[in-house]
This record gives sequence, structure tokens and C-alpha cells, in this order.
Amino acid sequence: MSGEPLFEVFVRPRRGLSHTHVGSLHAPDAAMALRNARDVYTRREEGVSIWVVPATAITASSPDEKDAFFDPAADKVYRHPTFYDVPDGAKHL
Amino acid sequence: MYGNDFAGPDAGSDGGLLGQVEAAEAALRAAALRGRVEGDPAALQDYFDAVIAADQKIEPRDWMPDAYRRGLVRQIAQHAHSEIIGMQPEGSWITRAPSLKRKAILLAKVQDEAGHGLYLYAAAETLGVSRAELVDMLLDGRQKYSSIFNYPTLTWADIGAIGWLVDGAAIVNQVPLCRCSYGPYARAMIRICKEESFHQRQGYEILHTLSRGTQAQHEMAQDAVDRWWYPSLAMFGPPDTDSTHSAQSMAWKIKRFSNDDLRQRFVDMCVQQAGVLGLRIPDPGLRWNEERQAHDFTAPDYDELMRVIKGDGPCNEERMAHRRRAHSEGAWVREAAAAYAAKQQEVVPA
Repeated sequence: MSGEPLFEVFVRPRRGLSHTHVGSLHAPDAAMALRNARDVYTRREEGVSIWVVPATAITASSPDEKDAFFDPAADKVYRHPTFYDVPDGAKHL
Repeated sequence: MYGNDFAGPDAGSDGGLLGQVEAAEAALRAAALRGRVEGDPAALQDYFDAVIAADQKIEPRDWMPDAYRRGLVRQIAQHAHSEIIGMQPEGSWITRAPSLKRKAILLAKVQDEAGHGLYLYAAAETLGVSRAELVDMLLDGRQKYSSIFNYPTLTWADIGAIGWLVDGAAIVNQVPLCRCSYGPYARAMIRICKEESFHQRQGYEILHTLSRGTQAQHEMAQDAVDRWWYPSLAMFGPPDTDSTHSAQSMAWKIKRFSNDDLRQRFVDMCVQQAGVLGLRIPDPGLRWNEERQAHDFTAPDYDELMRVIKGDGPCNEERMAHRRRAHSEGAWVREAAAAYAAKQQEVVPA
């Protein structure tokens, strides 16, 4: 078990929804990870599709760099439609 | 169908335990939607405190005090171990269940316990501890599991009593954990609590059936309740005056209610449920206290609880020996799977 890689599990609950992270598990390979994910995370029809991803394949942003990483988005309020004044009388905008 | 329909009005006007789980889930989403917490993440402790104060969740890569991390690892691991060891007392009745229906149900329940253990190990691992370490700590006794699983299941009615009382006590304990400040633990608990309510109901149904059966069946049900009542009360831990981890846990919003508050809540719920079952709670001191608007009851034997936790319960050795054997006898499966995975890697695609 010690050597078994960690997989992150994502489940699409229903058609029309995106896959959502539900947890993780250890398995010797991806095929076993998929089978185990079915048994661990979808015993009650919680999903119609499962992804398993080796945890080592995920590159994550770090919470420490939250400001530098995400703050430029806050400077650009003009990206939101509410930034603009719509003149009276203009329709369908 | 969700909704705790056998919990009487004593359980509160909150729509029962599953109502509380759903409320916790809604609160989790609402907290997330309130947007980012004001403050500078670089001011580590201040930002951590601000997130907790705003009832938002701490997530795996956030900075957290060492004691918060250590406390959570200890608590989540002990909880995971309990689910894994908890498969044994019930598993021993799978081959002896009285009908195919009961057997299929019990199999599904024991499989759920394994699943709960795995959700929790996964949550613990997000705190930087490895699964292998956790398993080792269980096997060599450095970490504990709930003392309740050191009691034997002597008759089929014990499966009923475990579902009603042991799972019932677990739910009362665990529903508030759905609001725990650590995100992965809170999310795992929401899943677990939803599934536990099936467990509690199946146990209640077993006892209800036995209680209305022959005289011998009724007595068997009563005997099981007599044996499981006090160990179930002990599941809430030592009285508040002796509880070592509580205050800090409450400040960090890991724990939301004290041991004694939860124990009281459980007793108040069980009284009405026992009435419907036609079974007696084995406590001559049990009575309604109008002034407190709660039942007075006899406390469990905390010395016995401490003895069982320290290893001197009826089944401690058997449970650990079984777990160690299962782990070592399963080694060849893990080795074979690893060898197969390695071999697949060697096959170069054309």
C-alpha cells in the first residue's frame, strides 16, 4: 500500500453538470483507481461519469501567492457588464 | 427518501438529523458564496483566525497552526480507524443473517463502513500524513479507535442494537462535524451522515421486528438493548469536566457541542424511540425533568470506558489480531497489483 500512488477522483453527478472533485484514493494503477472510485464514491448512483487523475499530475496554485496571483482580476472591473452605463432607451443590452 | 421519520418531536423542530445535515451543507455553500475573507493571507495567523471567524473553511494548502493540524489528524484518523474496525462486530453476522434480504442489507452496510473509513483517510491525507503511516499507527496501537467496537455481538438482535444505538450515537456526534472548519473533513462528514441514517433505520427496523415477534425474540431484543445502552452513552467520551481536547477544539470550530450536551441530546431522542419499539431503556434513574426540559439519566461507567480504551475490553485483542491478520494476508494482493501495474508501464505503445 505504501507504494500505491494517490489518485484524485472527479465525478459528473448528472448529464449537463461538470465533473466535481469528490475525494481521493490509492490504487496501483489508473484502471484499478477507476474501479475503486466506483465502489467508494458512487455506491448510490452519485454519478454518471468518473475521472481519476494521478495526484502528482496536478499543478496547484499556492494560497501564499493568492494576492499576486488573483488580484489583477480585481483591477479590471471593466470586464464585468455592470461596469458600463447603458443609455436610456437602448434595448436588448 | 431522507428525513428522520422515527425521531419524535423530542429530536427538535429542526426536521431531524438529516435536516441538520442538509442545513450544514447549505451553510457550507452559503459561506463559500459570501466571497473572500478580508485580510492579508501573508499575515498567517490573523488570516486563519479571520477565516474561522467568518465561518468559512480552511482548505488543505492554507496555513494553519501546528496544533490545529495535529489535532485534526488525530481526530480524523481515529474516526477512520473506527469505521474500519467497526466492520468486524457486524461482519461476523453476515453469514448468519436470518434471511437473504437481511444479509444483502448487512453486506451493504458493512461496505459503507469501509467506504466511510476511506473518505476519512483521504481527508486525513490532505493534512500531509500518508495512508501507510495511518494504517501502521492503527496496527501498532499508537492510534485508537472507538471503544464501542471492543464489545461482542452475541445475537442477531445486537445488529439491531448497533444500528439503532451505536449508529444513532455516532450520528448525534457526527452531524455537528458537518460544520467543522476544515473543509475536507466537513465534506466527508456530510457524505457519511447521509449514509449513516440508512444504518440507523435498518437497526431500528430489526429491533422493531424482533420486539413484536415471539416472546423469545422480544427478550433477545431487550437483552441487546440492555447490553448496548451504556457503552453507547460512553461513545460521547468523558464528561465535560474531564475532557482534555474540548475547549481548543470548540474555539477552532472543529467541535461544536460538548460531550455532555450531545449525550443529553441522544438520551432525549432515544426515550421516545424506545417507546415505539416497545423496549425498555435499562436505567432505573431515567426520568423527565420538567425544570431542565430534559431527561435525567444514569451516567455510563467512565472507569470502564477508560479501561476499554486502554485495551482491557472484552474484544480489544481479537479486533486488533483480526485487523493485523487481514492486513498481512492481503499483502500478496497489493504486491500482485503493484507488479501488474509495473508490467503495464513497461509495455511500450506501438
